[in-house]
Amino acid sequence: MALINFLKPRNQLEEGGRTAAPVQRDAGEPEKKCPNCRKDIPVSRLWANNLVCPCGYHFRMKARQRIHMIADKNSFHEMYSNVKADDPLNFPGYKDKVETVRVASGEEEAVICGTAMIGRQKCCLFVMESYFMMGSMGSAVGEKITMLFEYAVYHRLPVVGFTVSGGARMQEGLLSLMQMAKTSAAVKRHSDAGLLYIAVLTDPTTGGVTASFAMEADIILAEPGATVGFAGARVIEQTTKKSLPDGFQKSEFVMKHGFIDSIIPRSNQKKCLTELLKMHDGRAII
Amino acid sequence: MIDTAYERVKLARDNKRPTGLDYIKNIFKDFIEFHGDRRFADDPAIVGGVARLNNYPVTVIAIEKGNTAKERAYRNFGAPQPEGYRKALRLMKQAEKFGRPIICFIDTSGAYCGVGAEERGQGQAIAENLMEMSTLSVPIISILVGEGGSGGALALAVADRVWMLQNAVYSVISPEGCASILWKDSAKAETAAESLKLTAEDAKSLGVIERILSENEIGKKEFYDRIRVLLTEELKILIKDIDLIQNRYDRFRKIGVSAVNKD
Ligand SMILES: [Zn+2]
Repeated sequence: MALINFLKPRNQLEEGGRTAAPVQRDAGEPEKKCPNCRKDIPVSRLWANNLVCPCGYHFRMKARQRIHMIADKNSFHEMYSNVKADDPLNFPGYKDKVETVRVASGEEEAVICGTAMIGRQKCCLFVMESYFMMGSMGSAVGEKITMLFEYAVYHRLPVVGFTVSGGARMQEGLLSLMQMAKTSAAVKRHSDAGLLYIAVLTDPTTGGVTASFAMEADIILAEPGATVGFAGARVIEQTTKKSLPDGFQKSEFVMKHGFIDSIIPRSNQKKCLTELLKMHDGRAII
Repeated sequence: MIDTAYERVKLARDNKRPTGLDYIKNIFKDFIEFHGDRRFADDPAIVGGVARLNNYPVTVIAIEKGNTAKERAYRNFGAPQPEGYRKALRLMKQAEKFGRPIICFIDTSGAYCGVGAEERGQGQAIAENLMEMSTLSVPIISILVGEGGSGGALALAVADRVWMLQNAVYSVISPEGCASILWKDSAKAETAAESLKLTAEDAKSLGVIERILSENEIGKKEFYDRIRVLLTEELKILIKDIDLIQNRYDRFRKIGVSAVNKD
């Protein structure tokens, strides 16, 4: 149970993959190809394992499923679900795009906010949604995150946030850019109030979200293999006309360079968050 | 007369415009440059130090693009590295310690996109500036004098007053980048420029900036004198503001609130 075990999660997962019982297949069961080990894995098996391949590869996960995985049963109370994107700039195609994405994803916006218990520890929780315009931050995302941090200051609660984002939502122009400043100011107030903020960076966390609340947490965790960076890898390749180093912008690379506290596989995330929340609850007596 | 948003973009990028150091040298007296972030390096794309506005000591920080081909290369074309932002933050914290107002001049196509910049935490450097600037206890005025390229510009613009020159632009993404992502066609940059609402007038009507500065006599003494007077007047007001930090919070807090649906 020691946190020391978290130091080599990938190895453990890889071992687990090798020693696991042979994958049982029902005829005709849908399978998904793992981009890492290139094996076809039955979808039911992936779902049973929080969308982690036996080889350790973490598939993208929908925000609701993540909340189900992290929050104690029936403890999540969603807030601000009424706050959603408008089309403030009359940007060509934006309204239609948002409508399509709403239907396809079943979500109204790219972040879900609320309160939850994690291992019986009460906290504010936000989870970004990669299936909603790749978690891009527009005015609604900025407003929801800001409100959540303000709520957390008022109720003296820690915040746990799962980030996934392609960056600022360009269809809202400058208003999206300003959300970086707005959310950062709210995080600062929460921090100045002596409260804990833990971010878990998931694939991909980039652009304006990296350059704001993703990198402002007291404790920054990440999923194995998640892309974490500011500029897009392709843009960097085009700008510098040089090939990129191995593993560039993967969470392991970013941790090696000093910007991530620890890389925690999904199977250990709830345990780790619970421990961290408990260590910061201010109730311990020596 | 400038007609389209994209013409503004081209004008904002024009090599002949004054650059950061021109503003520092012509508006202030006794500028003493301070180099380095005390962590890794000195980034020539951002210059900063102390100077006098009239007789009043202030901290000035400017993104410098360079005036000649050689200098532009040396300044990395005004694209700062993480250490540039960290130097700026170091100087801003120093300003706070000594009660000096901070004045920033912004002109960048964006924070530098490079392997080293990523390795040294470009995103983290910008994030830290946004967070720390939000509670600095001294007045901050930021002026966009050319290109205001996304997070790389915002990292010096979490200010009490943000002003733009009339032909400066401020945008979440370059029009070319926007067009190539959305329409897979960078030739549609003109449409993108129009749609992004990146001109000074747009920024003002979106509540992102307070003032548009005229470019009459740009680069001449009258031009700089005018900015000096405006800065002086505004600082007189800000220095007396006892709710400076709260007002700065509210300034950004309200942006985008009316752009969302709360039904
Ligand atoms: Zn696999």
